[in-house]
Amino acid sequence: MENSVAYEKATELRLGLPGIDEPAVLSSVKNNKRPLHDEKSGENGKSGQNERAPPSKAQIVGWPPVQSYRKNNFQQAKKSESECGGIYVKVSMDGAPYLRKIDLKVYKGYPELLQVLENMFKFTIGEYSEREGYKGSDYEPTYEDKDGDWMLVGDVPWEMFITSCKRLRIMKGSEARGLSCSGV
Amino acid sequence: MNYFPDEVVEHVFDFITSHKDRNSVSLVCKSWYKIERYSRQRVFIGNCYSITPQRLIARFPGLKSLTLKGKPHFADFNLVPHDWGGFVYPWIKALAKSRIGLEELRLKRMVVSDDSLELLSKYFPNFKSLVLVSCEGFTTDGVAAIAANCRFLRELDLQENEVEDHRGHWLSCFPESCTSLVSLNFACLKGEINLASLERLVARSPNLKSLRLNRVVPLDTLQKLLMRAPQLVDLGIGSYVDDPSSEVFSKLKAVIQLCNSIRSLSGFLEVAPCCMSAIYPICENLTFLNLSYAPGLQGNDLTKLVQHCRKLQRLWILDCIGDKGLGVVASTCKELQELRVFPSDPFDAENAAVTEESLVLISAGCPKLNSLLYFCHQMTNAALITVAKNCTNFIRFRLCILDPVKADPVTNQPLDEGFGAIVRSNKSLKRLSLSGLLTDQVFLYIGMYAKKLEMLSIAFAGDSNKGMLYVLNGCKKLRKLEIRDCPFGDVALLQDMGKYETMRSLWMSSCEVTLGACKTLAKKMPSLNVEIINESEQLEFSLDDRLLVDKMYLYRTLVGHRKDAPEYVWLL
Repeated sequence: MENSVAYEKATELRLGLPGIDEPAVLSSVKNNKRPLHDEKSGENGKSGQNERAPPSKAQIVGWPPVQSYRKNNFQQAKKSESECGGIYVKVSMDGAPYLRKIDLKVYKGYPELLQVLENMFKFTIGEYSEREGYKGSDYEPTYEDKDGDWMLVGDVPWEMFITSCKRLRIMKGSEARGLSCSGV
Repeated sequence: MNYFPDEVVEHVFDFITSHKDRNSVSLVCKSWYKIERYSRQRVFIGNCYSITPQRLIARFPGLKSLTLKGKPHFADFNLVPHDWGGFVYPWIKALAKSRIGLEELRLKRMVVSDDSLELLSKYFPNFKSLVLVSCEGFTTDGVAAIAANCRFLRELDLQENEVEDHRGHWLSCFPESCTSLVSLNFACLKGEINLASLERLVARSPNLKSLRLNRVVPLDTLQKLLMRAPQLVDLGIGSYVDDPSSEVFSKLKAVIQLCNSIRSLSGFLEVAPCCMSAIYPICENLTFLNLSYAPGLQGNDLTKLVQHCRKLQRLWILDCIGDKGLGVVASTCKELQELRVFPSDPFDAENAAVTEESLVLISAGCPKLNSLLYFCHQMTNAALITVAKNCTNFIRFRLCILDPVKADPVTNQPLDEGFGAIVRSNKSLKRLSLSGLLTDQVFLYIGMYAKKLEMLSIAFAGDSNKGMLYVLNGCKKLRKLEIRDCPFGDVALLQDMGKYETMRSLWMSSCEVTLGACKTLAKKMPSLNVEIINESEQLEFSLDDRLLVDKMYLYRTLVGHRKDAPEYVWLL
């Protein structure tokens, strides 16, 4: 405890000649020096937890010492990952006059994708179950995978789906029911 | 030796290649000085303001290769304002005027204008090699001039520069007659390039050994380039995104099998993790792997990749590899000498990606480790002490705990003992960067044990002037000292002014040094340039000497004040 007080006094940043107690008038000293120090002194008994990190940390110029080129690169990469690199696939619907195209990368999972398809083509998809596929509607969402096979949407994990899906087709009627009955 | 004719002595000197040795040789006697200076081809100037180009040219008329460094190291972290200095133009202009047959120019942290590049490309007919690291001030037009005019260009290596991109015609400026390229690195350029030009260039460069692409070069171009250049030793991949089921990807897999000379791999600036398996065949032989610019790869992807890299000597990686991934590195990469772990999100305190645990594992698993740069969220004395027991070969040890004054989270003590152990057991340590909560004690240890230390970086550490004094008195080989936000003041600065003549430079910012002390130092030591960077609006030069200086940079020089300092830099 004593140490920390002496530490604080010795490192106290003030202007003016050493030994004088009154604060000097002139200053070019920024106040962000050792912003964390005051918080830590007097908390000797506690262990350092991350949540004690002061909000001023992000404001310390030049800290952490990561090259600005590297820092700029990351900010750019974060942006561009969301901007480009999409996985565009064609979507056809039985009976619709023309096809559409969507970017699978934009969606986080099946529910979102199915919602979008419903809105796009103005129809309803039934409820999905592993055993029986989509029940409650005449339409079934299917896709062509990299081997050229037509698969029911929803059977494989989402990540695997978006990398193996080449195109989507919303099947209608008996053909659709045939697909779901034969199962996986 | 004086009984030998000059040519014989010169021939002996041919075998002495290191700068330090040649410098020593030149000091032996007048005769050796003369022979050495006429035969010297490569010169290294660590601070471009320590000498003028005219004096360089006068002393070394046979100069072929010049390396220059400009701004102080802390400029990397935005601590040096924009137009501080470090301009290469006067150097190139002076060299162009003389009869120097410059063949190689290597610059670091300098301001390079398009005009300089154009001048460079036109006045040195034998120019072969341009390496720019962390430079700025030029555009792709300057690069185009180099491409167009340097007929025997072997090396164009642009590393981590901020380049204004005027869109890709520069690549098309390489004439059809240019077939001499050995190394081409344009990874830092942001803009589009003409892919067909690139393919043709690679096709007509049979000596090409090193190729580092930027992020706009797609995977199918990569495949075509590798077909043309299976002899590559060093490859930097730009964009690595495709559908693993595509034909192009199959072709890539096939051609990669042929590239069995690749020892160094970097880039993956854009990446689809599912494509990484194609790389595994070359991992076996890799000695250098740099994935520090590949944020698209997660911990699992990195771990899977690293498992194949048994011969790895240098690894640069992001901390998202995690402790688990580094554990795999420790058990796989037994030849590892250098490890750099960068923070994937420098401001994210919540997700502790790597901790002291994996550092300990690495130290235990990689007996050849001699160079470390490690960003982490916490460190303990116990871990550092264990690392010091396991590793005694460190030449470079840079630890950055992201929270600047964080104590040992287990004991709540400063990290003095941990770093003390490191310097005590690593007697060859040349470079050290400290972080975490540190008192004067750590500097006592450094002064006592770090006898070979040449560069020391300190931030938010120490209690009093004693800390800095321990270092200045104890580290006899110290060349570069950079300090920020430490309670070191005039007493420490002025204690041994002669010391700074034995060093390249000293940087002190946000410390407790007064203007008066800086003036005193400048007055007493004419061989030093003492520069104050003052960015606040007020304050004229003649103001109160008791004023605390925000940023001070001093360096030894043979040529007095520089003439190109901006207004906010005061030359005392």
